Amino acid sequence: MSVFSIEVGLAILGLFLLALEAFMPATTRRALAGISMGGVALAFLLFLWVNKSATQMPEFLQPYQQLDTLAIFYKGFALLITFLVLWLTSQCAGYLTKYTVDGRLSEMFSLPLIVCPGMMWMAGAKDLVTVFVSLELVTVSFYVLVAFTRKSALALEAGVKYLILGALSTGILVYGIAWVYGATGSLTFEGIAKALANPETVKLPVLLGAALLLAGLGFKVAAAPFHMWVPDVYQGAPIPVTTFLSVGSKAAGFVILTRVIDTFSIQGSIIAPEVHGLLLIAGALTVLLGSLPAIFQTSVKRLLAYSSISHAGYLLLALSAHGSTRLDLSSGGVVAFYLATYLPMTVLGFLVLAILRINGGGEDVTDFRGLAKRSPLLALIMTIALASLAGLPLTAGFMGKLFVFLGLVDQAAWGALGCAVIGAAAGFYYYFKTILAMYSSDVSSSSQPIPLNLWTKAGAIVLAVTIVILGVYPRPLQSMLMTAPATVSAGAH
Amino acid sequence: MSPLEIVILLPLLAALAIWLGAPARATSVGAAVINLLIVLGLVFGFQAASAGKAGFAFESARIVLDNPAITFGVGADGVALILTLLTSLVTLAAVWQIGDDKPGIYHISSLLIAAGALGAFLSTDVFFLYAFHELALIPTFLMIGLYGHGEPEHRKAVAWKTTIYLGAGSLVLLAGLMWLVLEFSGGGKLTFDLQALRAQAALTPLPVEKQAQIFFVLLLGFGTLVSLFPLHSWAAPAYATAPTPVAMLHSGVLKKFGLYGLLRIALPLLPQGAQVAWVQETLLFMLLGNILVIGLVTINQKRLDDVLANSSVMHMGYIFLGLAAGTEIALRGAVLLMFAHGVSIALLFALAGRMRNQLGTLELNKLGGLGEHAPAFTVLFAFGAFASIGLPGLANFAGEVMVFVGSFMNYGSASFGALQWAVVVSLWGVVMSAVYMLRACRNIFHGSAMTGLFMRDPALSQRLPLIMLAAVLLIVGCCPWLLLNLLKSDLAAVVAP
Repeated sequence: MSVFSIEVGLAILGLFLLALEAFMPATTRRALAGISMGGVALAFLLFLWVNKSATQMPEFLQPYQQLDTLAIFYKGFALLITFLVLWLTSQCAGYLTKYTVDGRLSEMFSLPLIVCPGMMWMAGAKDLVTVFVSLELVTVSFYVLVAFTRKSALALEAGVKYLILGALSTGILVYGIAWVYGATGSLTFEGIAKALANPETVKLPVLLGAALLLAGLGFKVAAAPFHMWVPDVYQGAPIPVTTFLSVGSKAAGFVILTRVIDTFSIQGSIIAPEVHGLLLIAGALTVLLGSLPAIFQTSVKRLLAYSSISHAGYLLLALSAHGSTRLDLSSGGVVAFYLATYLPMTVLGFLVLAILRINGGGEDVTDFRGLAKRSPLLALIMTIALASLAGLPLTAGFMGKLFVFLGLVDQAAWGALGCAVIGAAAGFYYYFKTILAMYSSDVSSSSQPIPLNLWTKAGAIVLAVTIVILGVYPRPLQSMLMTAPATVSAGAH
Repeated sequence: MSPLEIVILLPLLAALAIWLGAPARATSVGAAVINLLIVLGLVFGFQAASAGKAGFAFESARIVLDNPAITFGVGADGVALILTLLTSLVTLAAVWQIGDDKPGIYHISSLLIAAGALGAFLSTDVFFLYAFHELALIPTFLMIGLYGHGEPEHRKAVAWKTTIYLGAGSLVLLAGLMWLVLEFSGGGKLTFDLQALRAQAALTPLPVEKQAQIFFVLLLGFGTLVSLFPLHSWAAPAYATAPTPVAMLHSGVLKKFGLYGLLRIALPLLPQGAQVAWVQETLLFMLLGNILVIGLVTINQKRLDDVLANSSVMHMGYIFLGLAAGTEIALRGAVLLMFAHGVSIALLFALAGRMRNQLGTLELNKLGGLGEHAPAFTVLFAFGAFASIGLPGLANFAGEVMVFVGSFMNYGSASFGALQWAVVVSLWGVVMSAVYMLRACRNIFHGSAMTGLFMRDPALSQRLPLIMLAAVLLIVGCCPWLLLNLLKSDLAAVVAP
């Protein structure tokens, strides 16, 4: 039994459910949700069990796949977020079916099972072809998921935008890969790193390839100036899909970015200074272009979209601290840590949004008015999530930001630090705006108490407690990520 | 488990209990009373607990992270203990005077602000010292924005202004703290532990100019939180608008965090930075702005809450003067003044809150002759007002005298420098305090009563916490050594070289 068999098993289950759904009588379709969630949960447990005994990838896969700390972490991350998304989908089923053409949600339960192995596969990629194939597996499934609620015009718009820009970015990415291959003669990270560390490699073509590659990946993780699609797509897509995009897709993009940056910034790399500068500029710009427009948003869903952009900026700034040895975590480790803190707060934010939708509310800040009266628990939980997104101490969000800021201070990147501080200060405003609305006693569109079933309550409380624990006691998570390697070793096999 | 951890946790648990449905008033007052008793016990046990060692007493530490080394560590020295005592006194008074008609969020917010202040004062780790202060940010914001006085538009604007000032100030502070941590980690593991940082600072002091730069960043960060001129403009509207318990706790207790941080972190770690001419002159300029400019602004206020709010900003100038001087007497005076100011302003805000509830207005022109029917109230107000002016026999006087004398002393050089001039000029602030406070007293309590404005003394049960605060002012004013004895060796490390 290896991690690989879990990935294949999940993909097969996804295909099986896809086929099963077509022949199933309508009455038993509800079972789909159960099967897919059960499948992912089982996969997660198997994954934990497999990792207890340090297993290797099967022999024939070793040239393509590695199982380092980072890979294991992101594989677990992918399983977790897939499970949460499926859970969120089952919570939202009631209102989502109103917008689907046939009143079904079937593929919403099977496609994530295909996205998940794609993300897991990506986490361990050792070469650009594996990266590309798994990235496409994820992106193509997302084309369908984003536009799934086709009766909603916004969803259609989102789907078209995502399709066109996604295809474009894929093209740019392939073009970049081609240039990098042409200039370095290799598609594996190891080979590319070796060529980059060789001073005889011609610089300009590599630089062009690297720039195109980073631009293509920039689209995937919503880095400025390739972030324009995010607000519209996030707003139009169904809430579970938005969550998946915002957490899963972003994490997938960042695991590749981590690998790519580790390769480009290898000791003695001829393009390391340029890549470093690019990351600082792109990161600072992303933080600003994410957080400043967020100030003016009235829709919480769009606000979370912009917030997701600004978080991508902090993550890029974290990557820029490559090679900093003052922290126990490598820059990739800080990114992983940040994403781990980002998961519970974002899922929680979208969960509360979804619950409001289910109970007949809209997605605007004004719809949050009086939430503290309608459901004190939801208001408290959303407060914790928003405080964490804003980066208030004693929540998970602060620990992530602290690492990023420490990295910036350490490399004396004062300009980028200034932008990050401005972004964080703006965050106080736009996240607190929602908090104020929740506790204000103005009449909202509805003042009915919000009923919560046991599972929703339990899930929400677990996520909120996770945020607080990670903020107060981050030690276990850090030590889990501690051995994440800082660089791809150029010489070693 | 250290008793200090209980002191920090108790308000948090009480807040949680109220949120879960426990009776708000009984729970919060109960928690505040227990906390005050524990703290009094600690104050009396402090001499024994700290005998023979210079560091913290009642210490405990739990490792949170290895690198950067972050520990949830608590410990008390004299300064921390005095401010803890201040917090528990003001917290009790603040939750006690909350009316029965107010929703539970009043109690929850007050307890959260108190927990934030207590955690900040008692943490021995820079990370948690910072983190606990931020804990108070959301409740302050919500209470001003939702239950503040005045039009909804006005209070929301004030809530935003306060939050953005405090948020931005804390981010500047965070940048300064991180700079400090990185500089003092000497190329090895990063640490946020205050003792380790102090040891490192003693071992390898930074170059003077770098000390000055870091000190300045910290001064801007902490200064914003203490409403140091010209970063003060959030404070007066915030206190005038905030609901009474929040105004009491924030102006009386939480604001002291910035001063405490300078005393705890900036001065001991960067001892020479504070004495560099350009830093000291900037600080003197800023604090004179607090005393003189805000003093004049205060004189011009037409409403009691604005007078109190501005006076609270103004009085920060004296404490900064003590910190800027850096002599042992001045520093001890500054700590005493922090305590005295906290108690007196909390008392005054509590009284102003009652007046607003009963009379519906705080316009000085519309008030008058209240002393006739509310003698006890008048006496209590006079205690607060006279303490605030600096009348001998009340706590603030002792602090102010020590600050002035300590700052005027020539140490090292025999010249009459900027510091001495600053003392001379800032003495005029005392006159200004007398002008606005005495005028407020005269307008409100003397003369003939305005028609329709009539108020009685509060019931005895309502008077108790206020009497407690007034008694503290009197006791500490007559016997300041009660507190000063706690400070015996703490400040030796802080005193300017």
